[in-house]
Amino acid sequence: MFKQAVLPQVTWLKLPEKVKQAGWLNVLGKISLPLIGLCIFLMIWGGVAQNIDTSLGKFPGPTDVWQQAGNLISEHNAERERASAFYERQEKRNQARLEADPSYQPKIRPYTGSPTFFDQIWTSLYTVFVGFVVASVVAIPLGILCGLSQPVYTAVNPLIQLFKPVSPLAWLPLVTMIVSAVYVSENPIFAKSFLTSAFTVALCCLWPTLINTAVGVSSIPSDLVNVSRVLRLNALTHVIKIVLPSSFPMIFTGLRLSLGIGWMVLIAAEMLAQNPGLGKFVWDEFQNGSSESLARIMVAVLVIGMIGFALDRLMLLLQRKISWDKSVVLR
Amino acid sequence: MNKSHLELSQVGMDFPTPNGNFCALENVNLKINEGEFISLIGHSGCGKSTVLNVVAGLLKATKGGVILENKEVDEPGPERAVVFQNHSLLPWLTVYQNVELAVKQTQKKTTKAQRQQWVMHNLELVHMTHAKDKLPSEISGGMKQRVGIARALAMQPKVLLMDEPFGALDALTRAHLQDSVMEIHATLKNTVIMITHDVDEAVLLSDRIVMMTNGPNATIGEILDVNLARPRARIALADDQAYNHCRHAVLQFLYEKQRKVETVNQVNNKKSSIDQQAAELPVKASTDAA
Repeated sequence: MFKQAVLPQVTWLKLPEKVKQAGWLNVLGKISLPLIGLCIFLMIWGGVAQNIDTSLGKFPGPTDVWQQAGNLISEHNAERERASAFYERQEKRNQARLEADPSYQPKIRPYTGSPTFFDQIWTSLYTVFVGFVVASVVAIPLGILCGLSQPVYTAVNPLIQLFKPVSPLAWLPLVTMIVSAVYVSENPIFAKSFLTSAFTVALCCLWPTLINTAVGVSSIPSDLVNVSRVLRLNALTHVIKIVLPSSFPMIFTGLRLSLGIGWMVLIAAEMLAQNPGLGKFVWDEFQNGSSESLARIMVAVLVIGMIGFALDRLMLLLQRKISWDKSVVLR
Repeated sequence: MNKSHLELSQVGMDFPTPNGNFCALENVNLKINEGEFISLIGHSGCGKSTVLNVVAGLLKATKGGVILENKEVDEPGPERAVVFQNHSLLPWLTVYQNVELAVKQTQKKTTKAQRQQWVMHNLELVHMTHAKDKLPSEISGGMKQRVGIARALAMQPKVLLMDEPFGALDALTRAHLQDSVMEIHATLKNTVIMITHDVDEAVLLSDRIVMMTNGPNATIGEILDVNLARPRARIALADDQAYNHCRHAVLQFLYEKQRKVETVNQVNNKKSSIDQQAAELPVKASTDAA
């Protein structure tokens, strides 16, 4: 017991001084170099921004953007306060009416204030998630089919190549019209703008997953396929036991690419479909044309970038968590 | 003559190529008795693996066919289990799960406890119970091949097919595994067909050595009966006259009768690549000088 507790410390103490220094330098480098890069970027940005005059005033520098970020947060908090005050007032009113008339059925009306920046972030995340899931549910089985059967692949490949490079902006009008025509309901659960955006995202992020799955499945080592044949695994067991685990890394790479593309496409889709997410925020600010608009758009740009980065890291963590192959280098 | 357990009759194999059919195998006839250990030996590219794959059902012979216990072989199946050259364990399953997959597939009616026991029994045969929860990437090449053998044995095959099972292993590990295979063969009395490049391995393990001629149109050249008493001990045999006689016969077949002649084309290629290297050298030197 005693030995175990002390041993690591002792070995650590015995580390040569040089190695320790190198270790610290390494850590220092990993922290300081990105910081230096960031500082240089901010300086260039600040310097250049001052010299760009637009019809909405000077291009915002880092300080303006920082200020607007603060504004957006306080606007969000103010809106939340208003919302809770609104519900409190209703509560009081309902109570008063109940006391006067016990048979009264209390009603709570939802708060109808405008969505804040953070509400819009959530809408965007939700929309991209739905689009991504829809795309994956279609792309993975289809990709497996394409990978397993050369004829299917030959038949589907031209279509993949044809639709893969199509911009979301080209799909959007068509998707909008289809959603308006098909999705007719008395009390719709989803807004049409949401469905339009989600489907456009799905259409654009279908392809990387589809292609990667097909390639991953078709490049299963032939020996493993032979093992499956000798064991006479049926088609379903073959897919579950051999195909899926073997092509898992490729499928996941496809999913990561898809999510990245989906997030990029979403902003454009939201702008045109008027789905109340980050895309609409950017569009509204642009139309608004106040002296603060550009700085607020820049805040959105940075937030979009950070969320995209976070989504990618999240997928990476997920892959590390579920992949059987821990030795593979993930980046 | 009694009926043979496994019979290859008039097996021929053509592969279509852009320059017409390539005839890899021709007129391969072989009768194998139950419990016999057969080695297939020959130079690389002579179609040994093709013969094995035809017996396994992984390839379909273009001419002739294979009959196992009066039934024609037309698809792969667990009664003709294959030990692959590079083990082919599923890398995402543990040692235990790899064998278990084979057991689940071949013994669907048994209880879970029985299956579990059978998996462990087969791992015991190859002395791998200690690593049952390890992934294939965590064990050595020799261990992987042991598990590959355990998986094949677990299918209770009528014929065990081994495609250069020890080809990728170092000499010491190979010797260990050869001893294990002899031990298992002595206990289970399986019918085995093994492909090998190693003359010693063939003589030590087999009852008969099937020597194949060079391709194209490869076929069986000679069959050598190895009449050595079992169990065989590698050290005692090293000095044994009958053993050395068998070795001599195989070596003679491989290096005198069927000496591998490199095609003119290949030789030319090699020569030109050497010329190229020679031509590159002075250029490099001149740039250095500049």
